[in-house]
Amino acid sequence: MILTEQEKAEVEANRQRYEQHKALGQQQAPKALPPPTPRDGAPIAADAIIHRETVPGGWYYVTKLGRGEALRLVNTSGTSCVSIQAWNAFDPSERLNHADTIKVQWAASLRKGRVILSDMGRALLSIIEDTSGAHDTMVGGSTAATNAARYGAGSFRNTRDNFVLAAGKLGLDRRDLHPSIGFFAPVAVDSQGRFEWHGERRNKGDFVDLRAELDLLVAVSNCPHPLDPSPSYAPGDIDIIRYQAPQPAADDLCRTVSLEAKRAFENNAFYLAGVAGRA
Amino acid sequence: MTAIPASARIVLDTEIPARVPWSAIIRKGQTLRIVDSHGQQAVDTLFYAADDHGERYSGQDTLRAQGSAYVTTGTRIMSTEGRTMLRMVADSCGLHDTSAGACSCESNTVRFGHQTKYLHACRENFVLEAAKHGLSKRDIVPNLNFFMNVPLDTSGNFTVVDGVSKPGDYVEMVAEMDVLCLISNCPQVNNPCNGFFPTPIQVVIYEAGED
Ligand SMILES: [Zn+2]
Repeated sequence: MILTEQEKAEVEANRQRYEQHKALGQQQAPKALPPPTPRDGAPIAADAIIHRETVPGGWYYVTKLGRGEALRLVNTSGTSCVSIQAWNAFDPSERLNHADTIKVQWAASLRKGRVILSDMGRALLSIIEDTSGAHDTMVGGSTAATNAARYGAGSFRNTRDNFVLAAGKLGLDRRDLHPSIGFFAPVAVDSQGRFEWHGERRNKGDFVDLRAELDLLVAVSNCPHPLDPSPSYAPGDIDIIRYQAPQPAADDLCRTVSLEAKRAFENNAFYLAGVAGRA
Repeated sequence: MTAIPASARIVLDTEIPARVPWSAIIRKGQTLRIVDSHGQQAVDTLFYAADDHGERYSGQDTLRAQGSAYVTTGTRIMSTEGRTMLRMVADSCGLHDTSAGACSCESNTVRFGHQTKYLHACRENFVLEAAKHGLSKRDIVPNLNFFMNVPLDTSGNFTVVDGVSKPGDYVEMVAEMDVLCLISNCPQVNNPCNGFFPTPIQVVIYEAGED
């Protein structure tokens, strides 16, 4: 295709704009991401706790999560993987979008300071505490077929079926399911793009705190990750603590860590001003 | 480009202009060929089971089945129900993405600034095309991006860089079930997936003939 001089100039202007965005995004401007939360750090004040529940290995959990509340997911056994899906409670056609989450933040690796975006350009959840940074955005949860391949014949609960059940209990169905994010799933890629499992990056007592940035419906599945090499199906319990997160300060980490996060929260503010009458 | 066998029956052979959406049903056993006619054009693609739109393309299942972050010859294109929808049987390019999803007006505002909101985007294409089949935004899931170069490094950095596809590069997939295929011939000029200049592509559906 032969471009005119004017078209060539437009291409060049667009390229320069992209290179600027990329440089800023990869430099983590204007802030650097903090180190992981210590496993004995970030205690939750007793009077902030709204609900606490233990979810046995293989099971799932659904909840509404009000804006400003947080879920702490605790890997009490050290062997669990916690997959999540999330929807805007007022309009579930807006849902977690793992692709935008990683593309917009220039990083497939989630950790403290990152946000989880919806398909509508808004922040759904902020990762306000995180001990490991060992999470999966690429591979997703287990299915009946992955369990059969890993563990052989038998009856093993899986994340796909858990999410179908969770969606049903939220008044949704499988058309509302979307790719999930797996916490405590230390998946990385090698230089050829092949998936690797780094089990040493997952430890007993790891936790991650997700603060709702809109009123949400959340589904959680506690099943072994399909890449977890353990030959036996033995997911441990997880603890879920729903609590009132501290009011975000003006310099809140997740809201100010990058230009992309700032713009996502500007979109949240526009939306909240219009829909919920509060900015 | 390998020629389509003379004995094949061409079911459809069409050009999709730059920036526009398209859809068709590909029957089990038919081959879908997508040609990047001018090179460096991202072809955003979604699949649904033709008789049950609740079963649709799953990028995560596809990557897991492939064991790697990229798709190429041999990749089984998987559904949300764990079934193989199509199998990639030819790939003259070698770099395709299924992690970055589609561009949208909304995500562009976050990624590139609010001034990019009113630019054409793949999600707009997908929602319009999906509506012809009784589907809605609710049914749009993260998709396959043929000819889109999205390197993922070992520390988790994620970028979109210049496509390496040359004019005439193509992929071929054989359908293992009847599928509805949606394509958005990506209109956006904010990143290098189109070399900042969207161009037309060619789509051919054919059936192997008797030798
Ligand atoms: Zn696009």
